[in-house]
Amino acid sequence: MIRSTHLPLIATLFTFLLAYALCAWQFPAMLSTRVVANLLTDNAFLGIVAVGMTFVILSGGIDLSVGSVIAFTGVFLAVVLRDTSIPPMMAFALVLFITSAFGAAMGATIHYLEMPPFIVTLAGMFLARGAAYVMSTDSIPITHEFYDVLQSLYWKSAGGGRFRIIGGIMILTFIVAAIIAHRTKFGQNVYALGGGATTARLMGVPVASTTIKIYAISGGLAGLSGIVFSLYTSAGYSLATVGVELDAIAAVVIGGTLLTGGYGFIAGTFFGILIMGLIQTYIVFDGTLSSWWTKIVIGGLLFAFILLQKGLTWASTKRKKAVIGLDTQS
Amino acid sequence: MTNDPTPMLHATGISKFFPGTIALDDVEITLNRGEIHALLGENGAGKSTLIKCLTGVYRRDGGEITLDGKHVNPQSTNHSQILGIGTVYQEVNLLPNLTVAENLHLGRQPMYGPFVARRAMNAAAKKSLLEFGIDIDPAQPLSDYPVAIQQIVAIARAVEMSGKVLILDEPTASLDLDEVKLLFSVIRQLKARGIAVVFITHFLDQVFEICDRATVLRNGQVVGTRELNQVSQTDIISLMLGRQLEARLQEPKPKSSGTLLLQIKELGKSGMLAPFNLNIHKGEVVGLAGLLGSGRTETANLIFGAVKADFGQLKLHNKHIQINNPRDAVAHGFALCPEDRKTEGIVGDLSVRENIILALQARQGWLRPISRRKVDEIAQHYVRTLDIRLANLEMPIRLLSGGNQQKVLLARWLATDPDFLILDEPTRGIDIGAHSEIIALIGQLQKDGMALLVASSEMEELVTYANRVIVLRDHKQVGELTGAEITSNNIIRAIAAETEHEGIA
Amino acid sequence: MISYNFFKRIMPQMIILGVVLFLNLLVFPDFFVIEFQNGRLFGNVIDVLNRGAPTALLCIGMTLVIATKGIDLSVGAVMAIAGATAASLVVDGHYWLTAVIGALTVGAICGLWNGFLVAILRIQPIVATLVLMVAGRGVAQLITEGTILTFLDEGLIHLGAGTVFGIPTPVLIWIFLGGLAAFFVRRTALGMLIESIGINEASSRLAGINSRILLICVYVVSGICAAVAGVIVAADIQGADANNAGLWLELDAILAVVIGGNSLLGGRFSIVASLLGAIIIQSVNSLILLSGMPPEFNLVIKALLILAILVIQSPRVGHLIYIMRASSPPIKSDPLTPAKESNR
Repeated sequence: MIRSTHLPLIATLFTFLLAYALCAWQFPAMLSTRVVANLLTDNAFLGIVAVGMTFVILSGGIDLSVGSVIAFTGVFLAVVLRDTSIPPMMAFALVLFITSAFGAAMGATIHYLEMPPFIVTLAGMFLARGAAYVMSTDSIPITHEFYDVLQSLYWKSAGGGRFRIIGGIMILTFIVAAIIAHRTKFGQNVYALGGGATTARLMGVPVASTTIKIYAISGGLAGLSGIVFSLYTSAGYSLATVGVELDAIAAVVIGGTLLTGGYGFIAGTFFGILIMGLIQTYIVFDGTLSSWWTKIVIGGLLFAFILLQKGLTWASTKRKKAVIGLDTQS
Repeated sequence: MTNDPTPMLHATGISKFFPGTIALDDVEITLNRGEIHALLGENGAGKSTLIKCLTGVYRRDGGEITLDGKHVNPQSTNHSQILGIGTVYQEVNLLPNLTVAENLHLGRQPMYGPFVARRAMNAAAKKSLLEFGIDIDPAQPLSDYPVAIQQIVAIARAVEMSGKVLILDEPTASLDLDEVKLLFSVIRQLKARGIAVVFITHFLDQVFEICDRATVLRNGQVVGTRELNQVSQTDIISLMLGRQLEARLQEPKPKSSGTLLLQIKELGKSGMLAPFNLNIHKGEVVGLAGLLGSGRTETANLIFGAVKADFGQLKLHNKHIQINNPRDAVAHGFALCPEDRKTEGIVGDLSVRENIILALQARQGWLRPISRRKVDEIAQHYVRTLDIRLANLEMPIRLLSGGNQQKVLLARWLATDPDFLILDEPTRGIDIGAHSEIIALIGQLQKDGMALLVASSEMEELVTYANRVIVLRDHKQVGELTGAEITSNNIIRAIAAETEHEGIA
Repeated sequence: MISYNFFKRIMPQMIILGVVLFLNLLVFPDFFVIEFQNGRLFGNVIDVLNRGAPTALLCIGMTLVIATKGIDLSVGAVMAIAGATAASLVVDGHYWLTAVIGALTVGAICGLWNGFLVAILRIQPIVATLVLMVAGRGVAQLITEGTILTFLDEGLIHLGAGTVFGIPTPVLIWIFLGGLAAFFVRRTALGMLIESIGINEASSRLAGINSRILLICVYVVSGICAAVAGVIVAADIQGADANNAGLWLELDAILAVVIGGNSLLGGRFSIVASLLGAIIIQSVNSLILLSGMPPEFNLVIKALLILAILVIQSPRVGHLIYIMRASSPPIKSDPLTPAKESNR
């Protein structure tokens, strides 16, 4: 049975399948495992950060700081691995702690000072980017044997596609996040906040701790995304990943999550990421199309999904007004 | 009824003060086990304040609450829920984006290790709803179900979490007849379980249908508690409305000048107000009487275009006019002081001066600003003639008292020199002084030849100034009183008159 | 009529600006020195005014949009589109004025689109303007065909890099447009009607205000302001860079509005205060530059500045201050006392 709340997810899935079918029809090579593997590898960092964004948007907030946090993480790792003897895994743990704490601090500011998430995370965006600049304005290459080991880890599939570890990390993130969002108390509290903070508080949802946790998760996942991005590029650069927050927001919305909060699925974001990756891959395959079409098509998709959701909200209010016959046993 | 004779809840001496008013004055209420108790009174009588004191939303300024034989002191909604007092409001306080089962169990979900045991939760929800005779899929989002079901889910949640006293605040306001029946069957089950139910509504038929006793509040005081099988609707209505203005000297009402101003023909909106006809003359005050929710406000809103009518025609000075929105209405010389001053009347952060000039300026268009000198002239004129009390014209209107805010709104419309003024509850929530001034003003405007339509729940007030009174009930016009017929007894009788229950058009 | 209230309103911004300028003077004693060379004024103050032009122009429209409880995220992208339009028109051989009018028209159309989504389709402003924010740069690149479209048209370049009576043209443009807008909204009833919508749309509609048209208008104004900023930026570098023109300037513009003491929740606004906010931001940039601090610190300091200003403005902090004042000795803190007194 199809539920109205599943409709945007189904629309996303349908869009993805249709887009993939179109691509494959035009360029049969896009069916190869190589393309699939690259799709996962190239979008791994974006996917991970979009998971965090999904939590934030589901709760009715927004996080503009994630792109800067990714860049900060990259620079931090590069500097630490270059200048100190801290082992990489320690550095990873350290940076995840820092970014989660950063997110938590933003969450606390939003809740306790009653300030709009938009402005608080905007300040966070400047702060994280600034911190990255302060550490270094150059692109610092990361040369560490541990990185070489991680980068050499992949599973070569039948068609020659190399499924690298970072794609795996992304998929794992999505699975864990989906379980947390849909199967735990915390997940239900996130949805409850998105449905209405006042009502949620009246129903006993711990608003403060939930808000702080949500932004901590977003910050932490931006940190993880930064680690993945540094593995992907083997460098840390404070000017990297500018505007990634926009891509992440777009992926979440195209994935069928309502920007006003309360409705959406983690899995939807996964397909949102894939759709965006697919558009890029298509343009590369085509060769004649210019890269700016990516932005225009994504903008168009955004608009289509916003309209779809507006239409659904409208339809559901209409439906509720209509008198529905009820079965009464009394 | 259960046999335990001690009352479930007993509250005495409950008092609550707000700056400038006594909201509750030594209120006593007793709820027996397995009793459905109606709490009645017009708006502002203190019903919701009493509920908020009982459930810990407000800190009461005096009084004692005994629940199930023990003294209690609820600190918050959550606390009162734990103590055993649950509340369900008209606008369902649940989360529409969560499923029915999640709404029922939020905060106390059955767990399986670190995970929510979805299947167990859905099964439990299914079972508890089945006990109320509702067979639905609890895994569906709440918003997929009609309001009645949502309300019952809210009731189920409240009962499962509290289980001693259940307060239902206007639960039937947005339900149709079948849905009301369904809800009542649920309430009767709660009664059989021995729960004390407080039922707040403005539908007296429903009160007599389902309640055992009723406590009536007026101006923050209990004016009586009655066994409902021993009294009539008329008794209750006169208790609710009181006679506070009876002693007022009654001046002879000026006769209307007779020139027809506005003809309303078959104006209505489905689901909101049955089509009605109304002719309004210059220098005439037409009153709209009826209980809360009978269609008074709806009538005012439809004529003014605040809500677009589905059908009907308007003729002004014998010419057809089209009113699609308030802007059209203002252009034709209409004016409306809405019932809900705060959300639909004042523009809180703007100054008194700007609030006074707003409608006139909107009508003139932004390109033709009214000069500062003229604005000050107009503002000062009305501050003087309406005796608006304020520190200066630049202060934000939200800082004024209710009565002064109302006068500013009147000034806003009088500044547009309207032919037809609609006042919706012009005297609600304002102090006695401003009250009589506004009534005097209505008489003055009528003398000056303005046509007025006044919706009010204060019968005595209507008797004072109305040339004609239209009586509404259940979203339709049910009667009209003119001239000497207009007495509060007649109005009450017309409101209470048993009419067979017809569906809303 | 410049009243006492007007000064009272912009006083905090004046004080902040004064402090920042004074700090500038401390780190660079020649800060206020202005020289006249080759028919052009030179000096740090002139620089601040000139560099602040794009943000100042954007914040004119943004102030109005925010006053209606909205937000316009698309202005940076609209700048890129307008710059690209103007550049491609002069490259095609059109007269520069035609190109400017073309760019402004495109800006107005972008604003119309946003206004349509917000006022007619009733989509949340932040969501509605996000569409153009994402797609806009693509559209700009479509116009420039992915290159940085350079041009040598004297007339157009003059708008960005030229001077009039020795004063850089952008400075004159933003001061003129800002002054015009501030004068216009206060001399007509527009300002009051916009504030009225932002504070309480339901009341405003019942008072007969045409809120839809007004909402669309403010987004159109915002689009046109963005277009002017876009043309100036393109003219300054003699080329349209679809990727970087106006990048993140929407955030600077919103920041300027907030520093200008305007609430993001709509209502009362002051364009002059927002313009001061834009100049404060630019003065802070100048301070960081002149103090010899590495420019890397620019963003960190900016972030701390925003946080400081926001914390002061936060309702919770305001409430705390109110409580602290209220509980100071002369006033009795017993909550019941006032209630009983006023019962008479």
